[in-house]
Amino acid sequence: MAVSTDRRAPSTSETRYSAEYRDWLRMMVLIRRFEERAGEAYAVGQIGGFCHLYIGQEAVAVGTISALRADDYVISAYREHGQALARGMSSRSVMAELFGKATGCSGGKGGSMHLFDSSLGFLGGHGIVGGQIPLGAGFAWAAKYRKTDQVSLTFFGEAAANIGSFHEALNMAGLWKLPAIFVIENNGYGMGTAMKRASAIDDFAIRADSYGMPGVSVDGQDVLTVRAAMDEAVERARAGEGPTLMDIQTYRYVGHSMSDAPHGTYRSKDEVEERRSRDPLDVLERRMRELNLIDDDGMAELAAEVAAEVADAVQFAEESPEPDAEQLFSDVYAPNQGTV
Amino acid sequence: MATMTYRDALNAALREEMTRDGDVYLMGEEVAEYDGAYKVSRGLLKEFGPLRVVDTPIAELGFTGIGVGSAMVGLRPVIEMMTWNFALLAIDQIVNVAAKIRYMSGGQVACPIVFRGPGGAALQLGAQHSQAFESWYAHIPGLKVVMPATPADAKGLLKAAIRDDDPVVFIEGEMLYNVKGEVPDEEYVTPIGVADIKRAGADATIVCHSKTVKPSLQAAKTLAGEGIDCEVLDLRTIRPLDVEAILRSVAKTNRLVIAEEGWGFAGVGAEVSDLVQREAFDDLDAPIRRVHQADVPMPYNKHLEKAAKTDAPKIASAVRAVCYRD
Repeated sequence: MAVSTDRRAPSTSETRYSAEYRDWLRMMVLIRRFEERAGEAYAVGQIGGFCHLYIGQEAVAVGTISALRADDYVISAYREHGQALARGMSSRSVMAELFGKATGCSGGKGGSMHLFDSSLGFLGGHGIVGGQIPLGAGFAWAAKYRKTDQVSLTFFGEAAANIGSFHEALNMAGLWKLPAIFVIENNGYGMGTAMKRASAIDDFAIRADSYGMPGVSVDGQDVLTVRAAMDEAVERARAGEGPTLMDIQTYRYVGHSMSDAPHGTYRSKDEVEERRSRDPLDVLERRMRELNLIDDDGMAELAAEVAAEVADAVQFAEESPEPDAEQLFSDVYAPNQGTV
Repeated sequence: MATMTYRDALNAALREEMTRDGDVYLMGEEVAEYDGAYKVSRGLLKEFGPLRVVDTPIAELGFTGIGVGSAMVGLRPVIEMMTWNFALLAIDQIVNVAAKIRYMSGGQVACPIVFRGPGGAALQLGAQHSQAFESWYAHIPGLKVVMPATPADAKGLLKAAIRDDDPVVFIEGEMLYNVKGEVPDEEYVTPIGVADIKRAGADATIVCHSKTVKPSLQAAKTLAGEGIDCEVLDLRTIRPLDVEAILRSVAKTNRLVIAEEGWGFAGVGAEVSDLVQREAFDDLDAPIRRVHQADVPMPYNKHLEKAAKTDAPKIASAVRAVCYRD
């Protein structure tokens, strides 16, 4: 029997969240400009290692994270700069971390893939595909254990939905009705492998059935749709009704990492151009203009704010000190070794 | 002092720590309704309820990750591995997350968690169920590796591990669970990182841990009859290693044998050997000898298995060699 349930996220009113639109647009533009600038800094060697940019996926981070409370938890993989910013981490602390500086959010010891701010419940930044999925379930388990109404938001790519940790974590989250929201940030490619070449089915929302939780398929280029679907998932989680699997379809405009061209062997230039034509920033800006919530002057003002913030973040990162030599050996174990 | 088994000592440690701290919970396969695959958690479900004694599906990676995640936000989980062989499925969470989260978060996120269960060989369980993995975990900065040999140490060290603010790999043994010993009546906690002289002696040091402590003591008894007075030093903790205790003993006896259950290549004995040749070269009157499992997967056949394992005669023979009495 074919599964015929309509899992598309319900449409919502254009004005339901209009009071938040400017904040959302500002954050999406900030993420875009921040990432473009990070790419430039990488090219001249100010940022090292692996660096995975978020360009094209901004509406996913902003639409989901904006629905959370300050005491909720967020965890992600290694394409997480945008999510860190959306969670409220400062451009300075994130850029300084990319530069490996002592003022970075992880003291320069984490880097692009390991951004943390425990005061905001942003718990990484994880580099092993799928490894963060059970951790996100663990935060939700802790909320249930402590009988709080916190929720846990876990991001991962569609490629991570094929790894064992996804199955194990979602099964237990469903079994125990954990207040967890699992977001498949579905940009269509696991590095250079198209989803169709890696998954036996192409609708990941269906997989939720296996774990006794609702699955919803969401247009990830429209922040409004993302947010409306996220609100439903959050409400369910807080009410003790258990987890939700969200398959949010988006697209990364850039290569997998800085060493990968935007298009090449695994996807065509035409495809990238076509997908870029429905840009999440444009979708929201257009809606705001239609509702008279922003005009040319407003857009110019917003762009100037963002440009100043990114420039300040880069200057801060450039001028910040390197970690002290003794930082090499700190934070391996607890500073107070009082085991008894 | 009460006499109790190693199993009951662990059970008492869990009960005391769960009573003391509401953030401590036990999670794993068969820990609750079944009372534990090896009955270490007997009675705990009844006493603490299903939120604190949690049966899981057979999903080591998943439940270990859930435990690690909950530790990252302040709970103090004890994750039971039915055996450490199965923890290979969970090692990503232990090595890539638990061991590194404090460091890569710049000190923001702690991971106070205990991973515990039996390791090494029992009897005729074959190649996949008979592996001693302590050197794997001891290799990783960020982890502590604790391996008690006696009931008293099992209780005191498990309590210390649960109170520790870092991830602790706590390796027990199927062949140790029924071992009986005296356990203090009053509450006590045994510090992690401190070795223990299980037998004092003057002529040769046997460094051992966990299941090799008993055969080392047996070897020492045999050798005493031959006029060789052995000191048996139980490491109790592999990481952090009690460097001072090892060097002190070698300075006294000038001869060293290291006995371990696992394979020799890159094993615990290799690390201790390196330490002693570097720090105590002039104290040594003979080359260091090591006793360890034969360099093969564990065979099923009982004669072959015996031939592969570390035992008292092999340890005694190594001691004779370092004393030039072979």
